[in-house]
Amino acid sequence: MERNPQLNTRGGLQHLLSIEGLPREILLQILDTAESFAGVTEREVKKVPILRGKSVFNLFFESSTRTRTTFEIAAKRLSADVINLNIAVSSASKGESLLDTVANLSAMQADIFVVRHSASGAPFLIARHVKPHEHVINAGDGRHAHPTQGLLDLFTIRHYKKDFSGLTVAIVGDILHSRVARSLIHGLTTLGAPEVRVVAPQTLLPNGVEALGVKVFHSMREGLRDADVVVMLRLQNERMRGALLPSAQEFNKHYGLTAEKLAVAKKDAIVMHPGPMNRGVEIDSTVADGPHSVILPQVTFGIAVRMAVMSIVAGN
Amino acid sequence: MTALHIKNGRVIDPASGKDEVADVFVSEGKIVQELKGKAEKTIDAKGLVVSPGFIDLSARLREPGQEYKATLESEMDAAVAGGVTSLACPPDTDPPLDEPGLVDMLRRRAKALSRARVYPVGALTLKLEGQRLTEMAELAEAGCVAFSQANVPITDTQVLWRALQYAATFGFPVWLRAEDVWLAKGGVAHDGEVATRLGLPAIPSFAETIALGTLIELVRATGARVHVCKLSTAAAVELVRRAKAEKLPLTCDVDIHHVHLCDLDLGYFDSHCRLEPPLRSQRDRDALARALAEGVIDCLCSDHTPLDEDGKHMPFAEAEPGATGLELLLPLTLKWGEAASLPLSKVLARITSAPAKILGVASGRIAPGAPGDLVLFDPRAPLRVSAETLKSQGKNTPFAGHELQGRVRTTIVAGNVVYEA
Repeated sequence: MERNPQLNTRGGLQHLLSIEGLPREILLQILDTAESFAGVTEREVKKVPILRGKSVFNLFFESSTRTRTTFEIAAKRLSADVINLNIAVSSASKGESLLDTVANLSAMQADIFVVRHSASGAPFLIARHVKPHEHVINAGDGRHAHPTQGLLDLFTIRHYKKDFSGLTVAIVGDILHSRVARSLIHGLTTLGAPEVRVVAPQTLLPNGVEALGVKVFHSMREGLRDADVVVMLRLQNERMRGALLPSAQEFNKHYGLTAEKLAVAKKDAIVMHPGPMNRGVEIDSTVADGPHSVILPQVTFGIAVRMAVMSIVAGN
Repeated sequence: MTALHIKNGRVIDPASGKDEVADVFVSEGKIVQELKGKAEKTIDAKGLVVSPGFIDLSARLREPGQEYKATLESEMDAAVAGGVTSLACPPDTDPPLDEPGLVDMLRRRAKALSRARVYPVGALTLKLEGQRLTEMAELAEAGCVAFSQANVPITDTQVLWRALQYAATFGFPVWLRAEDVWLAKGGVAHDGEVATRLGLPAIPSFAETIALGTLIELVRATGARVHVCKLSTAAAVELVRRAKAEKLPLTCDVDIHHVHLCDLDLGYFDSHCRLEPPLRSQRDRDALARALAEGVIDCLCSDHTPLDEDGKHMPFAEAEPGATGLELLLPLTLKWGEAASLPLSKVLARITSAPAKILGVASGRIAPGAPGDLVLFDPRAPLRVSAETLKSQGKNTPFAGHELQGRVRTTIVAGNVVYEA
């Protein structure tokens, strides 16, 4: 089998494709670097010259507002030039292949590609074909991984809970289709969280999910009991069209986070959500806007984490 | 038609179990006890195995319609370079082999190239759409040896039932894959830990066993001769074992990838491991390899599927499924045989006498009167798999870069040398 494609020959981070397989030291390096950037985002002049003269290409083959925007802000705060390409409505619809698109952009002197794609593994394919000085950052591929979201979730948890060693984390909702859940699970198990739970009906759990190191729960009452962290996942409307779920209402009744359901978690539990939220489906407004919610700080931390990732890969 | 004398070779005839240094004579295209006159050509096969030519039950030649992926010329070259002297080609060409004219043209084109023998497998339903039956009797007259849906399963069980009844009426064999359309829909990998980790849409094992269960019931009901193509799960092997114990007219094969690889080999989304059916678990792989040794699985096929590079330079789920295989049939069969500690004649049976029986042809053995289809190979010669060494236009294989053993030196079809290395 080939070498971990994310690491260079010295073991440094060449690309960020997935949290799975990354050593603990690199995860901590990213979180610590993000800590130092968190100060920058609060300054009057929010720029550092780390990526001056470098080009960051945001390649979004699948639409996104939040992730693309935070990558753009992060790159600009590092003084990079940012080019946004919404490929979903450009080359791909003209039949140009993924690798041709990348080769063309590479000819325009790219340094970092931030890639989102609907197919699991697409950033790996790109990483295999870019030049040695170019870096690929996965901004979400299919159901596989969303490593910067996973890292910002880890950053948020560490910010509020200080360390991972005693934590119980419950991830609730559509685990089957969630790249956010997969990335966070790998991050938590790598950093030593002793209990990671997934809470969902059978139809929204992938086969063999226990092998990722999680405990499976089908009831919120059991799954949220004494949890320190509750992560709610977005439930796409299209899930109701197939045979996965009967209705949003029934899902909300059994798996939607309400203040009442949250009551079985620890008193100081934090509630997270990667956004965008479906209020009244997976989370009620009273919780989303309530005292346990750290959903907006997550977004702020996302910028620092993405600055950290870009500065680290560009420095390797 | 030369009179041919092959001497000093280790002659292995899997059909009879014979394995000894002996002479083989071919005259008028057939194997004979001895030559009447002098040999016009003598081949010294010292140090080589002399085997019946290999018979591959699934090799895509891409004609008509997909010549950008491969041509008859390139793939027939690949066949004889791999020691394959007879091959059956599935009907998933473009257009599919659903009318006699197409079949006739394919056979003529193949014959004109005078390399391997080509046995077209006709479409079971028009355009492989699973709705209307093809003119099977007409197609059989044009040269179809069996009828199949290639990788396109029939959704409507009523149609499947009628197709088997109709084929059984004429005694035509039907070759089918066992895959439930609905359970397999959208899936690209085995439903297990690997697909879960990689976030790939998955196909559960029971997509195969549920379809196979249906198929076995229909064989019981209709008496149709059914050959199940490319088994992929341990559970399916057990269903076949029971059906055979019941003496149902059921046979099956597995392809060379599934006895060596499993879902773990997907690694970091290696699109060369995107195959149909998907690579399954280690346990499944080991069960398939064992069942092949026991004879529950009758034979090995290459499931040769040449693709152009673009077809694999895609994210895993979007990549075209399949791998090139004709030239790897021998080395991968030997590799399986060695791991199973089987005598060479038993190993070769899986790609000679066993598929000959399913195909209903007289080749696949070395005995007087049998067609003069032979292959001379060195079982120990190393083979490094690479784009440069493959004659097939398709260079797509998960074994690229692997060091295998077993090289074909000479391939003979009907007494004519069609390949020499």
